[in-house]
Amino acid sequence: MSAVSEAVTSSAMRTREATVRRFALTDTIFRTATRLSAILVLVLLGGVAISLFAGSWEALSKFGFSFLTTESWNPVTENFGALAPIYGTIVTSAIAILIAVPIGIGIAVFLTELCPRPLRRPIGIAVELLAGIPSIIYGIWGLFVFAPFLQTKVQPFIINIFHGIPGLSSLFAGPPYGIGLLTSSLILAIMVLPFITSITKDVFDTVPAVLKESAYGIGCTTWEVTRRVTIPYTRVGIMGGVMLGLGRALGETMAVTFVIGNAHRISASLFAPGTTISATIANEFTEADGELYTSSLVALGLILFVITFIILAIARYMLLRIDSRTGA
Amino acid sequence: MSVAMSLHQRRKRKNGVMMALCVIAAGIGLAWLALILGALIYKGLSGVSLAVLTEMTPPPGDAGGLLNAIYGSIVMTIIGIVVGTPIGVLAGTYMAEYGRFSRLTTVVRFINDILLSAPSIIVGLFVYELLVRPMGHFSAIAGAVALSILVIPVVVRTTEDMLNLVPNALREAGTAIGAPRWVVIRSVAYRAALSGIVTGILLAIARISGETAPLLFTALNNQFWSSNLNAPMASLPVTIFQFALSPYEEWQQLAWTGALIITLTVLGLSIFARSLTGRREDR
Repeated sequence: MSAVSEAVTSSAMRTREATVRRFALTDTIFRTATRLSAILVLVLLGGVAISLFAGSWEALSKFGFSFLTTESWNPVTENFGALAPIYGTIVTSAIAILIAVPIGIGIAVFLTELCPRPLRRPIGIAVELLAGIPSIIYGIWGLFVFAPFLQTKVQPFIINIFHGIPGLSSLFAGPPYGIGLLTSSLILAIMVLPFITSITKDVFDTVPAVLKESAYGIGCTTWEVTRRVTIPYTRVGIMGGVMLGLGRALGETMAVTFVIGNAHRISASLFAPGTTISATIANEFTEADGELYTSSLVALGLILFVITFIILAIARYMLLRIDSRTGA
Repeated sequence: MSVAMSLHQRRKRKNGVMMALCVIAAGIGLAWLALILGALIYKGLSGVSLAVLTEMTPPPGDAGGLLNAIYGSIVMTIIGIVVGTPIGVLAGTYMAEYGRFSRLTTVVRFINDILLSAPSIIVGLFVYELLVRPMGHFSAIAGAVALSILVIPVVVRTTEDMLNLVPNALREAGTAIGAPRWVVIRSVAYRAALSGIVTGILLAIARISGETAPLLFTALNNQFWSSNLNAPMASLPVTIFQFALSPYEEWQQLAWTGALIITLTVLGLSIFARSLTGRREDR
């Protein structure tokens, strides 16, 4: 009898062992698959960096550091410099951020302090829908609706006002084309507005109620609470949101391509057509003939990649600091 | 007394001015949305007809539709989603389940967040160097791969966030009855986080169906009907880009109509996605 029961137990043990082994095997397979996928995300970013570097090698080795400081961009003589696109990218993004930040913070204050509760969600969603509209829609709207409006109604007016004032007259000089650096900046401002608004609103919500209530308790106005309590408390988070918006603005392609004018020159006037890194690539890449031309465009891409990577990394670092504080 | 009163009044006045500015800011935000949607409907609606959905993109100066472009967009979006989603979900699973506190997860999360907002034209250049140059020609496959690279970070992010929301007690209950880890993940965690993960996929669809830049030099464009994945393929955004910048009126009208179609699709998808979870997930 003991022999029989031993046989039964040992066979049960064997099937049990087999099952456990099968479980362990499938678990290892699944675990490895998830791990490899996570690593793939890193590989993607590494791949982007390597391929851009390899693709731009020809241009970088030919032009060297002067690629960054040359304004000329001449496909005929095959002499390429990135200064004009870099200038256009930085100027349009900077103006866009200058416009979008006060408006974005204003909307966030409105949503957290002033808006009647039932309207809060619909208005918040409406502003975020601005982020959902594809960039090409901003482009076609900017080219056919916004630029003609600026050209006929706004720009002649501004040119007249600043005419004869030193400095400002050259900043707003030239024929009103409608398209140009300022138009691109305004469109970019609309496009990054939802990102700044949504992050600012999120970090405003992390302010402990007791802090705000203490300020209200000693008689502060809503503005004073915002200015002295909410904004100082959330400063790092707001900066993170602004940097994130800046990263978006720097890399924004299609909307800018429509309204920038694609002119490889640096002019003092904000009304003049210019170009950005992404607009240059989008406009010229498929038409580029010759290895050096293509390679120069890829080199522009590499520059854009490096700039946005740094800006976005700073943004994420700042937002991480806010996150860890609310988590603690 | 009067000094105190005037200070009080000044503070109140300042508060009133600043709060009015905030209301104006909100008004500006809403006005832009209304202006853009209004122009789209005004210009796009007049071109809507059955021909848009049944005819091919016309040669310059001719009437026609957007059928091949719509078809191309749908095909490349589907392939992009089918390729990108499993990778994204698996990576998100690793970060939330197996390696929640590992160093790899921290690094991947950081890099993934950067990929999430990286310029999409860079992805186009990457796929050009990776696929188009070695293959020697533009192709729909390259376009779909570029789109799938944009899908991955969106899905990774939402999957990780949603799995992190699943209470550990549920997982412990699964483990306590002897289920191995991956069965717990599959039958407990995934099921609890399903609506959130689906939201992420919908948001990813919404994002890539309007993307132009990564398709410009991967899938290129095609004026004719093509279902060959190894050849250039038309897509709605690239067709809009080409037609809007052309001098032909028929093309510009088709561009507006296409823009209306894309916007309604994308906004519809993102509103639907939000309504699924009742909260916002993308950033």
